Amino acid sequence: MRGDVSLQGLRKAFGDVEAVRDVTLEVRSGEFLTLLGPSGCGKTTLLRLVAGFETPDAGAVLISGRDYTGEPPHRRPVNTVFQHYALFPHRDVAGNVAFGLEMAKVPRREVKERVARALEQVRLPGLGGRRVDQLSGGQRQRVALARALVLEPDVLLLDEPLAALDLKLRQEMRIELKNLQEGLGRTFVFVTHDQDEALIMSDRIAVMNQGRVEQVGPPEELYERPRTRFVADFLAVRNVLQATVLAVAAGRVSLRTRGGAALAAADDGQWREGAEVWVGLRPETLQIAVEGAAAGELRGTIEDEVYLGDRTEWLVRVGEELLTVSQAARRGPALRRGSQVSVVVAPESVLRLDDPQAPA
Amino acid sequence: MRTRGQALLLLAPLGAVLLLLFVVPQLIMLEASLGRRSAYGLVVHDWNVLNYLRALDPLYLRVLARSLGLAAATTAFCLLIGYPMAYWLGLVAPRRWRSALLVLVILPFWTSFLVRMYAWVFLLRTEGLVNAGLLALGLPALNLLYNDAAVVLGQVYGELPFMVLPLFASLEKLDRSLLEAAADLGAAPRRALWRVTLPLTRPGIVAGSLLVFIPSLGAYLAPDLLGGARTVYVGTLIQNQFVVARDIPFGSALSFVLSLVVLVLLLAFRRPLRAAGN
Repeated sequence: MRGDVSLQGLRKAFGDVEAVRDVTLEVRSGEFLTLLGPSGCGKTTLLRLVAGFETPDAGAVLISGRDYTGEPPHRRPVNTVFQHYALFPHRDVAGNVAFGLEMAKVPRREVKERVARALEQVRLPGLGGRRVDQLSGGQRQRVALARALVLEPDVLLLDEPLAALDLKLRQEMRIELKNLQEGLGRTFVFVTHDQDEALIMSDRIAVMNQGRVEQVGPPEELYERPRTRFVADFLAVRNVLQATVLAVAAGRVSLRTRGGAALAAADDGQWREGAEVWVGLRPETLQIAVEGAAAGELRGTIEDEVYLGDRTEWLVRVGEELLTVSQAARRGPALRRGSQVSVVVAPESVLRLDDPQAPA
Repeated sequence: MRTRGQALLLLAPLGAVLLLLFVVPQLIMLEASLGRRSAYGLVVHDWNVLNYLRALDPLYLRVLARSLGLAAATTAFCLLIGYPMAYWLGLVAPRRWRSALLVLVILPFWTSFLVRMYAWVFLLRTEGLVNAGLLALGLPALNLLYNDAAVVLGQVYGELPFMVLPLFASLEKLDRSLLEAAADLGAAPRRALWRVTLPLTRPGIVAGSLLVFIPSLGAYLAPDLLGGARTVYVGTLIQNQFVVARDIPFGSALSFVLSLVVLVLLLAFRRPLRAAGN
């Protein structure tokens, strides 16, 4: 189908460095898919494999149902918005946007119309005669977008296009890009290291780590049910602890963390008695209380308190573990540094995390 | 710069050198060119422009045209050979080898131009290395030396580094992501070369071409050593006036005409040259 991308068993190494290791990923037609990960995780290499700037050591790249592995970039039905825009300095704005149309030998009159329309689309009408070095960062970014979109590619590839903009502009562009993509109904593959950006704009997110895709899913799914230690860590599950499964019985799992705290989790049938596991606790799912210990509570001492306006975060020492607890802003007099408190953990909120990178 | 006085002081040595070794000799030559040859080959100062009128004689204009042709051919060949070389050096060759390869480009400068021209004589003459090789293969010997082709060959060989270096400088600076953008927007490699790489390296092309064209216009050694007895260029003509015909005034006038041609060229290309400077 036009606009879908199928990556099958892709591998790419540069010398000894394996940038992409065995990535299989389906991008659906018309969706906004984000490749999310820290620098060096292989997300940009993966994008460049789709664009054709790199050839894979193994695997195949299918775009709109056709195998393009080994085809040079100029024969692929995709266009790229580069991180630093890569606008042609010897051409004005209209000349930049017209470049691809000229290469495709589109008649002059039509070029003019389509360039004007594309500039309107990115809200830069009438700026066609401007020299590239007279533009602001945000304007350049829009020209780069217009230059790629004017060719009506099956898939638009965006390599951290917002990274060079200042915060306020970046926030505006997130919304604008998402609206543009929805309006066009075109497939966007977007690379970023910014989890907020990914959560706001994406239909689906693929989290990458060390050349592999660790988890793919809609933003809510990734946020609420991260499956691996890395994904949890990257999506702000601030408490990631190592624990031993003591017992699994009657829908309840008893755990002991390496630091000695006792936890209870809900059993989903995946826990194995005696196993060493990683568990994640989101700071906002934890409750802090002054009153004494009931079941599922951890006794601890407040080590630090951080007031963040809309919420307050406490660092609580529980045995050898240091837990971060976040709650809507309410500065009770009883919660001070050194206060004895208990942390209430709802069993359903305990996340079981895999660690696929660890040696088996 | 601190103060105007200090700046002038720092510029003084350069000014003195230019004055003594450039301005004063030029003035002496200008004065000589407005004189007349004495019976013993000295200058009679009688302030006329007859030498310049004589330089406009079709005989000498043809020599100037030949020189322009030599300079144009040299520039064209240097560009044709030098651009691929510089492209490879600046964009393709592994980065860690780049400085070593650049040294190879400059290496010929370690030997005197004269010696290198004689080396070509040894290669090209009738009993030279090339013909010896041809004979060994059972092929007939060729007349390779003492013709215009030999002059162009020697000139191209000598000037090539002056073309490669500025081209290398502008190609190395070229942002590779622009080439990727061109490919991404549907430009096949050859079209990307014409539509992106060449326009963006134009300053290097202009600078290299002028650096090759101007010395080639007044070339003397290559035409003298590799050229035939009847192939006269402006450089050899001027040398002839000073040394053989002992007509200093006419020789001076000819060299001023040559300088004028160069000046006109520089003025014509001043805008792309300024771009090259930036």
